[in-house]
Amino acid sequence: METDTQTEIRSAMDIVTARQRGRALALELGFNGADVTLIAAAISEVARNIVDHAKKGEISMSSVNSSISGGRRGIQIIARDEGPGIRDVAQAMQYGYSTRKGLGVGLPGAKWLMDEFEIASEIGRGTTVTMKKWKR
Amino acid sequence: MQVPILKQGGYLIASIQSVLSDADLVQLRDNLGERVGTFRSRGVIIDVTVLDVIDSFATRTLRGIAHMLKLRGAETVIVGIQPDVAFAMVQLGLTLEGVGTALDLEEGLAYLDLRTKRTPVNGN
Repeated sequence: METDTQTEIRSAMDIVTARQRGRALALELGFNGADVTLIAAAISEVARNIVDHAKKGEISMSSVNSSISGGRRGIQIIARDEGPGIRDVAQAMQYGYSTRKGLGVGLPGAKWLMDEFEIASEIGRGTTVTMKKWKR
Repeated sequence: MQVPILKQGGYLIASIQSVLSDADLVQLRDNLGERVGTFRSRGVIIDVTVLDVIDSFATRTLRGIAHMLKLRGAETVIVGIQPDVAFAMVQLGLTLEGVGTALDLEEGLAYLDLRTKRTPVNGN
């Protein structure tokens, strides 16, 4: 698997850059219009999570082939930060839960938009969100 | 990129021209809040046709703008949410509750005409 693009997330402007790159990659991979928008929206939410909670991080996006389910192609998005980490991941994934002034929609929302979603977080070390969406 | 705000009769039309950063959205809120006072506008149309994504932050900001303008005495209608963008919002569980929406500019103007109609005094 090759990493196709990597975007540094340091400010709100980078959120726009990340989701435009994600949109371009998804189109290149042959996703349909509705899925491209869902992917861009998911990227927007995880990127915002970095800006709001970790200040800086990075998002890598690549094409990915499924080992199961008949070798389907998809897009993989990895959002990494070295922020404070999430104390209670289960709580953070609850819809409407926010430690800040947000809607508490970001992470659970991104999970709904994608096919696969994993989150790994360590206090003081940072958070990594890995999500995938397969072509239909 | 700043959002141009046009005055059209008693209404203001903010036509978003490109993908917006968070700062642009906040700027739009401040500008609209001020101009509703300057022009004594009764209604505001925000055209989001070009937006590729309306995420949780954009939703919260648009909702905030509409509620703030309501407190200033103006009705707001959001027009031009694209089908894919609307679908993604539904998937994210985002709603624009309490905010007017319409298909396009034309429908938006019709919505405002209806909502800002003064009670007729002569029974018409």
